[in-house]
Amino acid sequence: MISGIASACPKCGGINRPGADLCYLCGDPLGAGPGANALVGNDAPAAAARPPLRPVPMLLFTEAARHNVRMSALLFALLFAAFFLLGTAIGGAYGDPGTGLGLSFVLYAILGTTAYFSGSSIVLSIHGAREAVGEEHRQLRNVVEEMAIAAGVPPPKVYVIPAAGMNAFAAGRRPEEACVAVTAGLVDRLNREELQGVIAHELAHIKSRDTLYNVCAAVLVGAVALLSDMFLRGAFWGRRGRTGGGERGGGGRGNAAFFVLALLLAVLAPLAAKILQMSISRQREYHADAAAAGFTRNPLGLASALAKIASGGPEVPGENRGTQHLFIVNPLRVFGPESTALMSTHPPTEARIQRLRAMGGVAVGGGAQ
Amino acid sequence: MAYIPLVLVVAIVAWFVAAYNKLVRFRNQIRNAWHQIDVQLKRRYDLIPNLVEVVKDYMAYEQETLTRVIEARGAALSAKGPAAQAKAEGLLTETLKSLFAVVERYPELKANQNVASLQEELTGTENKISFARQFYNDSVMTYNNAIQSIPTNFIASFFSFAQEAYFETEPESRAVPKASLR
Repeated sequence: MISGIASACPKCGGINRPGADLCYLCGDPLGAGPGANALVGNDAPAAAARPPLRPVPMLLFTEAARHNVRMSALLFALLFAAFFLLGTAIGGAYGDPGTGLGLSFVLYAILGTTAYFSGSSIVLSIHGAREAVGEEHRQLRNVVEEMAIAAGVPPPKVYVIPAAGMNAFAAGRRPEEACVAVTAGLVDRLNREELQGVIAHELAHIKSRDTLYNVCAAVLVGAVALLSDMFLRGAFWGRRGRTGGGERGGGGRGNAAFFVLALLLAVLAPLAAKILQMSISRQREYHADAAAAGFTRNPLGLASALAKIASGGPEVPGENRGTQHLFIVNPLRVFGPESTALMSTHPPTEARIQRLRAMGGVAVGGGAQ
Repeated sequence: MAYIPLVLVVAIVAWFVAAYNKLVRFRNQIRNAWHQIDVQLKRRYDLIPNLVEVVKDYMAYEQETLTRVIEARGAALSAKGPAAQAKAEGLLTETLKSLFAVVERYPELKANQNVASLQEELTGTENKISFARQFYNDSVMTYNNAIQSIPTNFIASFFSFAQEAYFETEPESRAVPKASLR
């Protein structure tokens, strides 16, 4: 009846062939009744919307890191092009493309250096993170050191965000100067094994240099959105006064065409930047989950942490659209099963848990043979 | 056209250098990983006397457990050779576990802030030791893969890059839940 849907065993979490009656791992009946299989879902419409479970390709950190450095360079280049076009267009709208271009280059230089050199501290301060010193954070620091050893990277700085919600993120251009931030709620409510899973996930982001790309994207995309907003407001409120001066613009059709182009760019630029940013970070989450399982050799720890975060609420103070993709679970919204859509920054948490449980199940099966 | 052989030679030399450097990097990573294990083991030796000092007043009836911990620590410190040391370290881990089990039975000991933080430090160090060993073994695997597979095996045999040995756990410590899933 339902074909093509892998079913997870309700007892051990092993992922079975579609249509199987008994779990291949523990031999328990897979149960066709509603609610028997909360993870995968038995109702056909919801299950059909979910993609089949595919193995995550093996992650080679050196390659992932190179890819991220390339992507960051590409991001800066794309942004340069966007500033070039926007600067000319906005300058043209006010009758002076040269000045617009010059100004946008200056802005680009300021933004670029800020994003690259102090992106991490900006992101940390947006969320009010403080360095984790003192006795009460001893376990957190130990867990971070443990996982740094397992990952083979220098131990990053540890920060705590004083908030009850459960979430975590990592930042930093290079593994040598990286940092990990977790909320106080996460530290309080996760046990040591789950905390290891979360920290391992963040260290995987650091080791593959996802953090470089993510932080640059956060600052740059946020800035482009801000600039376009400023222009849109300026276009509606400030234009009349400036063109009234009319030193060089000369009005006319050329000016109008420039204005339309500028308006179009101002609307499209942040949107395009957003889609770029979001379409990239989803696959990375699966990769980081898989790598975390490799570091801890315990995929079920992270699976249980993700389940707790999803039910406990991932809200973080200072959450915004510019930094949502940094976190282990998106702090802005709760995802339904249909949210593998283009605009989401993270894969559905359920699907991540399912994959991690499958890893745990497969490993147990392999050991028993 | 005359440049083609030259370009080929340059490409081969460049590949050769890159492959050789990769092997050197892997081998140094293994040495560094081995050193990491030693650092953590040393830290454990340093922490144990502190813990024993703090708990001994509370545990008048558990002197035997404490003595065994101290003896195991001494044996691990004086063990010669990797095999003997691995065995002694395994024994030390076991005795520490029984000490923690005893601590669980004394509520006033569990509530003691000093004991709690020492226990956390020792748990962290134990984990670091096992993760350092795991990283060592992963590094050995990457290195051995490289020197055994074509075409880097030619370079490896020419410059006599030898295979490295994995860190093996003692049979009695295989039951530890945190052990590698492989």
